[in-house]
Amino acid sequence: MLRYVGRQLLNMAITLFAVSFLVFMLNELTPGDVARKVLGPYALQDQVDQLTRQMGLDRPVYVRYIEYMGKALTGDFGESIVYRQPVAAVMWDRLRNTLLLATVSFAVIVPVSILFGVLAGMRERSRLDRAVNVFSSVCASIPEFAMGVFLLAVFVVWLKLLPGTAPLTSSGGWPIWSQFVLPVAVVTIYDAGYLISMVRQSMVDVMRQPYIRTAILKGMTFRQVVTRHAMRNALITPFTVILLQLNYLVSGLVVVETVFAYPGFGRMMLEAALAKDIAIVEAGTLIAVGVTMFTQLAGDLGYMALDPRIRV
Amino acid sequence: MANLVTDILSFQDVSIAHRTLRGAPTRIIDGVSFSIPARGAFGLVGESGCGKSTIALAAMRYLPAGMTITGGRILVDDRDLAGLDEDALRTLRGHRIAMIYQDPMSSLNPVMPVGAQLMEVPLLHGTVDTSKARARAHEMLDAVRIADPTAIMRRYPHELSGGQQQRVVIAMALMAEPALLIMDEPTTGLDVTIEAAILDLVRTLRADFGAAILFISHNLGAVARVCDSIGVLYTGRLVETGPIAPVFRAPAHPYTRGLLNALPRVDAGKTRRPLQPIEGAIAPSDRARIGCAFAPRCAHHRPNACDDRPIELQSASAASGHTARCGRLGELTVTQAPALVGNSLSEGAGDILLSVRGLSKYYHAGGLFGSRGAVVRAASDVHLDVRRGRTLAIVGESGSGKSTVAKVIAGLVPGTSGNAMFRSVDLVPLPVDKRSWDVRRAIQMVFQNPDSTLNPSHTVEYALMRPLQRLKGLSRAEARNGARRLLERVRLPSELLQRLPHQLSGGQRQRVAIARALAGDPEILIADEPVSALDVSVQAAIVNLLGELLQSSAISLVIISHDLALVRHMADWIAVMYLGRVVEYGPADLVLSAPFHPYTEALLASAPTPDPDAPPPAVVLGGTMPSPSQEITGCVFASRCPRKIGPVCDTMQPCVRRSGEHEIACHIDLMPAAGAVGADT
Repeated sequence: MLRYVGRQLLNMAITLFAVSFLVFMLNELTPGDVARKVLGPYALQDQVDQLTRQMGLDRPVYVRYIEYMGKALTGDFGESIVYRQPVAAVMWDRLRNTLLLATVSFAVIVPVSILFGVLAGMRERSRLDRAVNVFSSVCASIPEFAMGVFLLAVFVVWLKLLPGTAPLTSSGGWPIWSQFVLPVAVVTIYDAGYLISMVRQSMVDVMRQPYIRTAILKGMTFRQVVTRHAMRNALITPFTVILLQLNYLVSGLVVVETVFAYPGFGRMMLEAALAKDIAIVEAGTLIAVGVTMFTQLAGDLGYMALDPRIRV
Repeated sequence: MANLVTDILSFQDVSIAHRTLRGAPTRIIDGVSFSIPARGAFGLVGESGCGKSTIALAAMRYLPAGMTITGGRILVDDRDLAGLDEDALRTLRGHRIAMIYQDPMSSLNPVMPVGAQLMEVPLLHGTVDTSKARARAHEMLDAVRIADPTAIMRRYPHELSGGQQQRVVIAMALMAEPALLIMDEPTTGLDVTIEAAILDLVRTLRADFGAAILFISHNLGAVARVCDSIGVLYTGRLVETGPIAPVFRAPAHPYTRGLLNALPRVDAGKTRRPLQPIEGAIAPSDRARIGCAFAPRCAHHRPNACDDRPIELQSASAASGHTARCGRLGELTVTQAPALVGNSLSEGAGDILLSVRGLSKYYHAGGLFGSRGAVVRAASDVHLDVRRGRTLAIVGESGSGKSTVAKVIAGLVPGTSGNAMFRSVDLVPLPVDKRSWDVRRAIQMVFQNPDSTLNPSHTVEYALMRPLQRLKGLSRAEARNGARRLLERVRLPSELLQRLPHQLSGGQRQRVAIARALAGDPEILIADEPVSALDVSVQAAIVNLLGELLQSSAISLVIISHDLALVRHMADWIAVMYLGRVVEYGPADLVLSAPFHPYTEALLASAPTPDPDAPPPAVVLGGTMPSPSQEITGCVFASRCPRKIGPVCDTMQPCVRRSGEHEIACHIDLMPAAGAVGADT
């Protein structure tokens, strides 16, 4: 078990190195001159060359990569040209904001999806099942930006109950918690719709298994059958998918963050990419890959805990 | 109808219908009456689709959605099931009736230790505490003869063998101290030796626990071994019922006779007689017939006697309680078992076409990241010959390596060592994609499950044309004609050419699979359990078809089977395998008569015969096959051998004792005089 985790961590480290190199090379090969970017279109070529030398960009690629990695390992990811700050300062701040939004959303999404998925799937084609089914497919098929704009129109413009943006400062007169309501709602509605149908389908499959019949014919009540025999089995399949949502919540929230002007990680990546802010893109990619691999490991371990048939 | 107070379960004229959203409801069960007294054992037999399982589920009041009881009453302890409320129903399910299912693996919750699943039964009703429940679970596992119950209780279902799983399911049923045990195909899918052990267990449990049994099976031999009365079900109607002995000795209904005659028997004589399949299949319209539902498939059908009037169950013989539902009951004399026809064993040994010498196949288990796992010895040092125009049967329990040998010959996996010479080509190192087209054409395989071997999106015609084009290089037009001829060879009408596999019956699908294998005019046809997924009636037809093919074209057949009755019926040569080794090999007559390898003897004793007078098997093989990754220095069979002679069995691998062409790998000196064997035949 420990050996397995150790081996996975080692694999993670190797993968991260590989990814860092690929991203570094990719950025190296994209057209556009960093110094030119910084100085603007009207700078003289002399000045650009001078800055290039100053930034050390004229040295060979491998030297710069080794130097970059050496600094990265100590937490220094270089200087952002858009934010005019060290990357680390911007990124950890943004990552913290996003993790906050992700955690709150995740804490809502998971119980909601399991509850409704199980309730719907335990009696296939019951009225509740049909209702949940329609509701979840509607939720999952409305794009985030549409739902965001819709909720903004209702709660901000019309009812004036909630703030329209979430800059995470109280300068606008809204308490911080109230700024979370709408972004979390949009993420939850979109994502839970998808997860509910995953859990429901798995529950439906489990309820058709012979061991459920065994349990019923033991003389158990339906409630006992569902809680003792069906639920754990029904969560095995959706478990990985549930964890995959963490990846989405960390790096896929661009739309929601943009709609609500939320200072998050996704929006930072988008802005950096548009502005060719290579230092941020590189560091951000590493973080995103790290998160993905971490959830994968957590998924494997959780899988093993849920299903005794899987052992290492 | 007299209803004795002592009846545990009683069906009184019960009808069950299936309603769909559109169309009229279909009758699934039609006026079924039977009752099981305390300690009685009633067997229910019939082909699949007859409504056997529906009756079992109805007795638990657990009908699938859409099915309703449209008439009659089901009484348990003289109480009408329909009148019970939810609580009473749960008490009934937990305490009076317990069910044992086919496929024990899927009947157990995979993520719960079996101990917890057992303890749940008494704990549910709150009458005992955890320690009592644990003690009881322990006691029941003991009663079903599971070694080391304490350890087993901590295990998950997937950590048990198939036989252990079924014992756990039986123990779980016994936890309820039921008055009635319903067993729905409890041994289907288990190995013969395990089946014999489970049936033996059921007999003792019936005596020890005094539970009545409703035993549902398509296996007449198993019913004869366990039950004291029997009902034969056809399209939801009982066509014959009565005590076991008269029904088996003098079956009155043509369907019952058909089922018995379709069965290959392990106790049959040495002369082969063709099995008698029941022609045709159950058609949906048969259920709506006013007269005899079996009439469309019945050789004795006379319109004036069988159609247009309801036929009641009438007394069929002097034995009390023996009744049959046949319009020509008095007219049909009790026929003898089918007449002896020629078709005896092919004369002579036949030339050797394929000669396997010292074939071994080892796998490495695990082996992630280059770490070498344990060596799994799927087959070790196998010697056998495939002879022209003869049938070689490889028999053994699952895990014996019989399929591995077939796969190496067919080229599905390469062998590890040894050789298999076919036309001076060694097949062992050659997977199928490295073989010449001619060798590929010459060796073809038919698989166990025709449902999963035919591509569901290809028509029959396409499935047959492909190998004709690929293996024989025919043009499209030629291949189209060829496909038609192939269907004729397997006796299917050419209308089926445009059908998709799901539009065929199981038997038809297996015929198509055989036709596909015949496309390249193979010299060796390997059939891996070709009939074990089929109903007995259909099974007989496929067996006969293979027999005909053997006679009409000089094909050599290799049959992989666990069914000794089938093997006795078909094989000229038999290789008995255990744990990757051939323990006995020779001409069928010699292998199936004394002297035996102790394993062959146990296999023969385990095969159930549909004969109520047959004594229970003398040798019931206990235990399970050791893991093939275990290092065994002595005889592979030593751990289960009922005739073990001493430490030599554990320390020394037995050498092969040979008498003519008959070989036995055993330490016991089985052939005191070489002449004894010959005299026996």
